[in-house]
Amino acid sequence: MGEMAIVIETVIKAITVLAVVAGMAAFATYIERKVLAFMQRRLGPMHVGPHGILQLAADGIKLFTKEDIVPQNSIKPIFKIAPVIAPASAFTAMAAVPFFPEFTLFGYTVHPIIADINVGILFVMGVASVGMYAPLLAGMSSVNKWALLGAARTVIQLLSFEVVTGLSILAPLMMIGSLSLIDINDYQMGGVGSWLAWKQPLAFVLFMIAGFAETNRTPFDLIEVESEVVSGYATDYSGMRWGLFFVGEYANMITVSFLVSIIFLGGYNPIWFIPGGLAILLKISFFIFLFLWVRAAWPHVRPDQLMWLCWKVLMPLALLNILLTGIVLI
Amino acid sequence: MSLEQFKNRNGIPGYIYFEGEEKPKNGWEAFKRVVRISVKGELFVGLWIVLREMLKKGNSHTVQYPAEKLTIGPRYRAIHRLLRLLESEEERCIGCGLCEKICISNCIRMDTHYDENGRKQITEYTINFGRCIFCGYCAEVCPELAIVHGIEYENAGEQRSHYALKEDMLTPLDTFRANKQEEFQGFGALSDNADSFIKKTPLSY
Ligand code: SF4
Ligand code: SF4
Repeated sequence: MGEMAIVIETVIKAITVLAVVAGMAAFATYIERKVLAFMQRRLGPMHVGPHGILQLAADGIKLFTKEDIVPQNSIKPIFKIAPVIAPASAFTAMAAVPFFPEFTLFGYTVHPIIADINVGILFVMGVASVGMYAPLLAGMSSVNKWALLGAARTVIQLLSFEVVTGLSILAPLMMIGSLSLIDINDYQMGGVGSWLAWKQPLAFVLFMIAGFAETNRTPFDLIEVESEVVSGYATDYSGMRWGLFFVGEYANMITVSFLVSIIFLGGYNPIWFIPGGLAILLKISFFIFLFLWVRAAWPHVRPDQLMWLCWKVLMPLALLNILLTGIVLI
Repeated sequence: MSLEQFKNRNGIPGYIYFEGEEKPKNGWEAFKRVVRISVKGELFVGLWIVLREMLKKGNSHTVQYPAEKLTIGPRYRAIHRLLRLLESEEERCIGCGLCEKICISNCIRMDTHYDENGRKQITEYTINFGRCIFCGYCAEVCPELAIVHGIEYENAGEQRSHYALKEDMLTPLDTFRANKQEEFQGFGALSDNADSFIKKTPLSY
């Protein structure tokens, strides 16, 4: 009986997360177009619905009904399965992310986390990196030089940022002494002053930079940047397969925003009078906005510059940070 | 004045010669260069600028075209108009045929006849807008400011040739009587102070 309840609860939670995050990802595309438009003195979508809000529905219909073209010489099974990897890994990663504080619904305490595993952060980062297989396989299976270049750049990117993500997060983990995201959150219970961003500013900045690289956002959008590789790995994709990549990308953005908020900015602990659930929503909204903001303002870097940045600048800084943290802790 | 200073191409005063950035000589300089390149205030200036533009009210430059339209400048050359004389309501065109002659795409065709008073009248006047390249020569050559360019620029058509007759382009009489004929402001038009240049023809010998 007890096991059955857990299974049902988990399934309900999984479906809720899937639905809500997919909806948020779709809405984020609208927000992105609007914010970018305002920053570039344009209006953005205006015609479908009031201020273009129904553009989402229009885009959805378009993506679902578009012809799904599989290029003749592509390696078809891989070409077809590659787009699924992106959202699948992004959503799997969310299983270990606690979204909200516990709350009580009809006298039943709900933990808004699908699986509270004790290596949560490791799981999230690992699975999110598996998502890099999507552009890699997509680029290699579609017989297209732009796509191949995009795939090659994917590998470069993975090799560059992954080391920074891991090392930068090590220092805060040393202070907390646990890999569970709930423990990390609870460590910062004591209000704004106890946020890890104050104690580990360097790790915070490094993790943010690596997060931008992980989600392929400007300034590290080199695997699909139009001016160089047309559309990178997604050049040959059309219709919903193309759409899946972008659901994955936006889901990843949301995951990274949650991670940064939980690890460095006090997670879902209440701030003054703002309840915890609202606080974390505000935080991730800010980070999503930051992603768009940076996209509007900054140029993107070349692949060699990314490698240079990650290996020669960020990694030494991360190591230094670990060293300093170690000395202070001892 | 001598041309010495213009002929001397080496060492013009005020020029700064720039031979590229110096290569870092040792590790410390390389490190400083890395820091200088990576940590730049400019990045945040960029962020601030786009945020400022976003927060400004009514800052959009978009014209939502079919709903909103920009006003066209007076020198814009779109579909032609034939104007009327201000006093007599007659057509300004005197049938001189200059526009027909000068038109480089041969798209103006006109016929004239003499009326009972012996005055030249325009029987037929057509422009084929499928051929017209809106070069403006006809308006420029017209001695009477009779043919001018209007501002109606939405003239997509279903056929390659589209003939406008005299009746289509001539200011309609009721518009004219309601004082709505707009004087052409563009190229070749009379200037605002044209009246002050008028002199009496010296006829009293
Ligand atoms: S604008 Fe040029 S091409 Fe058109 S009718 Fe006049 S002279 Fe001919
Ligand atoms: S140049 Fe002017 S006056 Fe002469 S025929 Fe053409 S429109 Fe008439």
